[in-house]
Amino acid sequence: MAIEVRIPTILRTYTAGAKAVDAEGATLDELISNLESLHPGIKDRLVDQGNLRRFVNVYLNDEDVRFLGGLGTPVSDGDTVTVLPAVAGG
Amino acid sequence: MLTISQELVDKIVAHARADHPDEACGVIAGRDGVPERFVPMENAERSPTFYRFDSMEQLRVWREMDDRDEVPVVIYHSHTATEAYPSRTDVTYASEPDAHYVLVSTRDEDETEFRSYRILDGAITEEEVRFVP
Repeated sequence: MAIEVRIPTILRTYTAGAKAVDAEGATLDELISNLESLHPGIKDRLVDQGNLRRFVNVYLNDEDVRFLGGLGTPVSDGDTVTVLPAVAGG
Repeated sequence: MLTISQELVDKIVAHARADHPDEACGVIAGRDGVPERFVPMENAERSPTFYRFDSMEQLRVWREMDDRDEVPVVIYHSHTATEAYPSRTDVTYASEPDAHYVLVSTRDEDETEFRSYRILDGAITEEEVRFVP
């Protein structure tokens, strides 16, 4: 089993159009590194200088990982990680 | 071009007026490029100069759209002191390449500006809006 990562429209250029891809890791950080090895370039869109980008929302199942442990959040097989760019502006 | 019903336009404008002087924001969900379902969102910033969807509300609404095979056809927000034209921040954070970005200005008490744009790779393209009954 793996962890399903749901990819927003704007990042599907990295996943050959796939809406969801599988990846592995024990933490969100590891999961994103694994994702990067499978879909090069995607990590930079999610992480900036060792932190999640401020205007990218990442959810573990039903929770915003900002309220969990950020990149250190443990993940396990069967979890779903959802990426949604924040809708924001001025 | 954005084709949108007058009823939805009225709802967007009413939301923008109600939240003035803070910015109001939301989505019109739909299929095949047709805006159908009005989804007002909370502005988590509660600010006259900035808006951001609440992250948990966004997850709920995006899942709901997914379940109904809908997409955010329109993403709207208001400017409360300036014209209905995308700001630099609007362009920086625009992240739905297929959405019509609707801007409403409530700076004038009696008249509401209602305009629509595509925002793609940092470029703003204004488009015609066709109001239908």
